[in-house]
Amino acid sequence: MDSVADLPPGGAATLIRPDPMLPRPFRVHRVHQDTRDTYTLELEPTDGAPLAWLPGQFTMLHAFGVGEAPISISGDPSRPDRIEHTIRNVGSVTAALVAAGPGTVLGVRGPFGTGWDVDTGRGGDVVVVAGGIGLAPLRPAILELIAHRADFDRVVLLYGARTPEDILFTDDLRAWAERDGIIVEVTVDNGQHAWRGRVGLVTQLVTRAGFDAARALALVCGPEVMMRYAAQALSDRGVRPERLRLSMERNMKCGVGLCGHCQLRELFLCVDGPVLGYDRLAPLMSRAEL
Amino acid sequence: MTQEFDGVGSVDAGPIPGPNPESNPPRALDTAGLQALIDALVTRGYTVIGPTVNGGAIANAPIRTIDDLPRGWGDEQDAAHYRLRRRDDEAFFGFAAGAQSAKPVFFPTDELLWRGRRAREEFRGEFTVQPESDGGGSEGTAGPGPYALLGVRSCDLHAIAIHDRVLTGRVHADAHYAARREDAFIISVSCTDPAGTCFCVSMGTGPRPEGGPRVRFDLSLTELLDGGVHRFVVEVGSERGADVLSDISALPAPIDDLAAADGVATSAAGRMGRTLDTDGLKELLYTSVDSPRWDDVASRCLACTNCTMVCPTCFCTTVHDVSDLTGEVAERHRVWDSCFDSDFSYIHGGTVRDSTKSRYRQWMTHKLGSWIDQFGTSGCVGCGRCITWCPAAIDITAEAAALRGVPQSARPY
Amino acid sequence: MQTIAQYLPEHPFFAGLDAATTNLLAGCASNIHVRADELLFREGTPADHFYLLRHGRIAIEVRTPGPPMVLDTVEDGDVVGWSWVVPPYLWTFDGRASIDTSAVAFDAACLRVKCLANPLLGYDLMMRFVRLMNQRLQSARVRLIDMYGGTNG
Repeated sequence: MDSVADLPPGGAATLIRPDPMLPRPFRVHRVHQDTRDTYTLELEPTDGAPLAWLPGQFTMLHAFGVGEAPISISGDPSRPDRIEHTIRNVGSVTAALVAAGPGTVLGVRGPFGTGWDVDTGRGGDVVVVAGGIGLAPLRPAILELIAHRADFDRVVLLYGARTPEDILFTDDLRAWAERDGIIVEVTVDNGQHAWRGRVGLVTQLVTRAGFDAARALALVCGPEVMMRYAAQALSDRGVRPERLRLSMERNMKCGVGLCGHCQLRELFLCVDGPVLGYDRLAPLMSRAEL
Repeated sequence: MTQEFDGVGSVDAGPIPGPNPESNPPRALDTAGLQALIDALVTRGYTVIGPTVNGGAIANAPIRTIDDLPRGWGDEQDAAHYRLRRRDDEAFFGFAAGAQSAKPVFFPTDELLWRGRRAREEFRGEFTVQPESDGGGSEGTAGPGPYALLGVRSCDLHAIAIHDRVLTGRVHADAHYAARREDAFIISVSCTDPAGTCFCVSMGTGPRPEGGPRVRFDLSLTELLDGGVHRFVVEVGSERGADVLSDISALPAPIDDLAAADGVATSAAGRMGRTLDTDGLKELLYTSVDSPRWDDVASRCLACTNCTMVCPTCFCTTVHDVSDLTGEVAERHRVWDSCFDSDFSYIHGGTVRDSTKSRYRQWMTHKLGSWIDQFGTSGCVGCGRCITWCPAAIDITAEAAALRGVPQSARPY
Repeated sequence: MQTIAQYLPEHPFFAGLDAATTNLLAGCASNIHVRADELLFREGTPADHFYLLRHGRIAIEVRTPGPPMVLDTVEDGDVVGWSWVVPPYLWTFDGRASIDTSAVAFDAACLRVKCLANPLLGYDLMMRFVRLMNQRLQSARVRLIDMYGGTNG
């Protein structure tokens, strides 16, 4: 968007286009059910103009007559013709979004926020730590890493889910491990007898994983409790705080830094985040109710 | 402390070149001249909004004659206390901060953002969105613009400048606010009688309106009543102000009146009801997260949100999506919200700021502290409304002083 | 493959013990193998050993009316079993090999005798198990929050 400081004498209103509060119509092309409560929607713009976005960014997705929710983009950044959103059904808006069948038109505002900036990990190891639905905002970063695999040393994905039935993107996980040179370790909080894999906290995977912490870039996303423990574990291993990025979540009503809801002290998470370095976040995560 | 704006991304609702001091010296107006000024603005198509007496308080409303103004009224303000009182003169502006600032004019409590219509042929089909960013989508209580505001205090003038920065001076701008601000004409007044809750001097925001690159007025009045002659010194703050003034006859103000106007400002500055020490206040707030003082104020705070409603710089909003019974027409409204609201920080999994203590701490830390990191100035203009209108008599200046008195924690944060 | 006496000093669980002590402990130890799906220990039976996994994975399971629930897994390099420390020395859960597993098994009775005879050794060993139990308890407690799925996560 043009800088507001460059306004002509005609005034501000004439150049505030597009109004960041106006949604663009996108049609649902495909819906895939990932788990019992999580669905991935593939959207295409009704006017054909693709959305330019970066891994880690989110949009405000609008279900007509119901409302809006901030949802991270979970698709392949090299394929801008369709955008994917992986949505967990936790409320009235997300329920409406996951129920939107092919052909339904949804409103999209954005993309908003800061991205994972995977580029800065070139020449070293990259450790990705995901908890639950947190794997969805990380998926575009992983796909970007794979697209430029030779630029990075070890790439490790540590992923924790609630139960084996809640594991997302199982086909991708297999392909990434077998074909794309990613070390993939999965654990669940608890499992049934048929589960032969690990049971335990994803932070326990951090302690065991093989990577050069001093030169690593770490990307973390999941529930805040999980991110706090994971960041501490990574930090204890020697990952530098400014090379340790978290995607933070707060209540959002506008996505553009105007409604005030997403503030974490001086940070507006929709503009200064949601991806932020642990060097800035550590003191803000150390106290309750900030 | 003086308020400084950093120049990054700062706002203009259209550049207004400053007046030439030689050709625009301060003028004098009598009460008939004030009426003529209002008439001139109406003729030019402005809706003139000024203070009026309403419901036992001074409230802004559309005005047409000087008789609509609170002639002869003053006020008494203290924590949880507001009363109007009869003055022993006929001053039009002999009171301090009214119940509301200019905020609702440019930033209404309810603003229609867009209206959408779903195609009738398919239940889940296309919908089109009609933007309402022409400034006329919601009229609020002020009527259609453009607006001329009469009687804006210096504190509120600074608050308008702060809102300009917050709402139109960053990466994304609020189109509706910008539309209402465009072409707005501002006549500020110098305070003659500060109230018991005023502390603009501490915040560097008054009591006299000082025009500058960000804090602008078109005209500014200082009311004088000495010697039984009721008149105004009118300073010109913009080309537009000079232009409107040229519609009415206004002679240059006498030298004695200029001195009297200076005297009014000096006197008012010496009669502030409160003070706030802003030195190192942001760092103090950042390191006081665990202060027991927050528990103390939380035991009194009702989280009623009055302070945020009357604060001229608070800007938090939420959105309401409504549709008609057929589900084919939907509207999205932007409405005022408050960080004191219990759901303000709700995310799936819980509310981040659940306790009243955390919400009061958030409000005060933001207003006096993190606002500086975000926008380059304090968020407080010293108008005192939050103190006056708090039903629990909580005083932000007293809370700040109390925080200073409590030993700091050893940790840097 | 290394002998137990060669393996123990390199293992983090026994870090800091001198050669005489590790030999003493090795004297209570033997190598065992468990095939995938075989039980290593059963709930309610005497806890006569603790195990140091060399390769494989042990699932800590609890029997339910339906299929058993896996509460935790112990990976290669980790230690499993502290019921031998706490009277009445009975296993509280089932331990089943998820995959073929080889481990060093330490005889509990043998160790208890040695600890009684050498209280300093006993104290040292108990502190190592306290650390282990602390880690497992923290992990279990955080998972109780159910942060991925619950409404209070």
